[in-house]
Amino acid sequence: MATPPVEHARPRPDAGPRRLTVRSRRVPVSARLSVRTAALGAVVAALALAAAAWTMTLGEFPVPLSDVLASTFGVGTADPAHDFVVRTLRLPRVLAALLAGAALAASGAVFQGLVRNPLVAPDVIGVNAGASLVAVYLIVVTGSALLLPAGAFAGALVTAFAVYAFTWRRGISGSRLVLVGIGVNAVLGSLTTLILVRYPVEEIAPAVLWTTGTLYGADWRDVTVLVVGLGVLLPPAFWLTRHLTALQLGDDTARSLGVRAEPARAALITVGAGLAATAVAVAGPIGFVALIAPHIARMLAGPLTGGVLLLSASVGALLLAASDLVAQHAFAAVSLPAGLVTAAVGAPYFLFLLYRSNRLS
Amino acid sequence: MAVLVARPAAVRPDGGDRRRGLLCRAGSRAGGLVLLLVLLLGVCLLSLRVGSVELSAQTVWRAFTDFDGSNEHLIVTSLRLPRTLIGLGVGAALAVAGAVMQAVTRNPLAGPDILGVNAGAAFAIVTAVFLLGVVSPSMYVWFAFAGAAVTTVLVYGIGSVGRTGPSPVKLALAGVVVTSLLGSWTSGVLVFNERTLDEVRFWLAGSLAGRDLGVFWQVSPFLVGGTVVGLLLTRQLNALALGEDVSRSLGQRTALVRAGCAVLVVLLAGGAVAAAGPIGFVGLAVPHVARALVGPDHRWLVPYAAVLGPVLLIAADVVGRVVARPAELQAGIVTAIVGAPFRIHLARRRKLAGL
Repeated sequence: MATPPVEHARPRPDAGPRRLTVRSRRVPVSARLSVRTAALGAVVAALALAAAAWTMTLGEFPVPLSDVLASTFGVGTADPAHDFVVRTLRLPRVLAALLAGAALAASGAVFQGLVRNPLVAPDVIGVNAGASLVAVYLIVVTGSALLLPAGAFAGALVTAFAVYAFTWRRGISGSRLVLVGIGVNAVLGSLTTLILVRYPVEEIAPAVLWTTGTLYGADWRDVTVLVVGLGVLLPPAFWLTRHLTALQLGDDTARSLGVRAEPARAALITVGAGLAATAVAVAGPIGFVALIAPHIARMLAGPLTGGVLLLSASVGALLLAASDLVAQHAFAAVSLPAGLVTAAVGAPYFLFLLYRSNRLS
Repeated sequence: MAVLVARPAAVRPDGGDRRRGLLCRAGSRAGGLVLLLVLLLGVCLLSLRVGSVELSAQTVWRAFTDFDGSNEHLIVTSLRLPRTLIGLGVGAALAVAGAVMQAVTRNPLAGPDILGVNAGAAFAIVTAVFLLGVVSPSMYVWFAFAGAAVTTVLVYGIGSVGRTGPSPVKLALAGVVVTSLLGSWTSGVLVFNERTLDEVRFWLAGSLAGRDLGVFWQVSPFLVGGTVVGLLLTRQLNALALGEDVSRSLGQRTALVRAGCAVLVVLLAGGAVAAAGPIGFVGLAVPHVARALVGPDHRWLVPYAAVLGPVLLIAADVVGRVVARPAELQAGIVTAIVGAPFRIHLARRRKLAGL
């Protein structure tokens, strides 16, 4: 025949962004990724790693970048002190910042997609406050840091489900969830204050430090917690986002598309709260990363899909790594908690978003 | 044998229905108000009597009529009387502020604590203690006042931009985000400055205790004056609650009234937080309770709120003294814990507009 074969791979003008289908023959899993989103994700992740590497060169004991890389990848350097500084002190902190940022951002993306309200995040609806209450109790009353990650994790998860249960009334409505969450947030906050006024100031000072959200003193144990948390929760989050798209069309439509609305929603809340809880358990209630990172990701790549979820996670990692860099080194004399920097950047950005969404509505 | 017959609401002999409140005749409303005043008097007496030292009513009475300088009399006049007076003023101010805000925004979830008033005041106080070395509570008052006022205006402004005006969710979100921004600065300062932390944390809990009469006299012009103005504005509030257009067609200068109400809320909420610290829930809940009793007519609603507010706050203070003996629970914490179910109920019940 004279006609040339049709080239399917070439993007047709009406087909939207070019997509890549990833499929495995062994495992019954497949995913479609937009090429653009994947490329953006890679770029942002590279930037985050660059920020992380830069952070590790800075400090009271400057280490050249070549030594940082050599130590990080276990090659070993001429100066064993460099190995110690990088591997024991700086690498865990930097990894914790990257992973905690990713976890917070992924959690925010899940909640925002779920509630269909772009201004929702785990820190707004009380999840962080729940973790803080338990953590402050453990720090002040028992004085031991051993149970802290587990306790904070449990506090966050229990709060998320309490908010969900209080909101449930023949289904979940987004604005009701926000209002209930803000109420729960207030109560948990005042219970935390209750602990803070009942004990001597020396005993509560470390707890107050924790509640600002800081990566100070993050060690390999924290990194392990984060790696396990992300490893367990991120794949299901990625997988569940396809239901999110169906849920956003309304419960009836979702059902007709074969998605069981309530179980899917409960699974998403579990995963979202779990991701936030993992980050908070390690780094304390760092605000605004969960709120902002998904916005930036959506601005770059469009509505939430699995790929945009991963992009959000990269953006979150970059945000927190950069915030921690600024918090540690920008103000020569003092090292600030990273949560202060994320709040200082995040709140104005959020207010701008609110302002814009008001103008549009 | 008593037979209980369920009577449908529509055929209640007095013709009342739920929208107009439980008390729907002028006589029963006036009677209810008198009853509430008696209740308030009782709560005040309890507040003077109950505490780590229990005093008889007689002792309390003598402390005023026949002061002899004994410990008991000193406790009444220098500790419990200021506390009760501040409870009166702050309770009334918060409740009236809440009623005015709910009328102006036509938003059942509006309340002074949602607008970031507390966080603004805390922020100002911490900054003042940290940067300027302010230590005396009588100086706190002015910083708290300024912080509360600025934040209220800011949050309301952010929450009400746009054609839909201040929707519940928008206001709440603006409030919670401004609160968390200011809160993070506040705790950032406290991390580096243990002395400030020690100074401020008791204030942060929200309490009627530990304030002397000087604080009360400083703030009372705002609290009392604001409450009185609130009571005088009730007809305008009635018109405003019908909506912008109706109210204008009734001949009201709505912009002027709105601005006046905003100033009023700032004075009341700012004064309250300056005197007692961040006390949540009273401003949100009391107007609802008053509405359940007398319906939406502000000529009754505001006076009821002005009496119910102090009843609730002083009762919370007394409960806080009793439940955790020998220590005390701060009144702000008691109201937060007691208020949680109410708040959640309110969020569940209303059909609320989205963003």
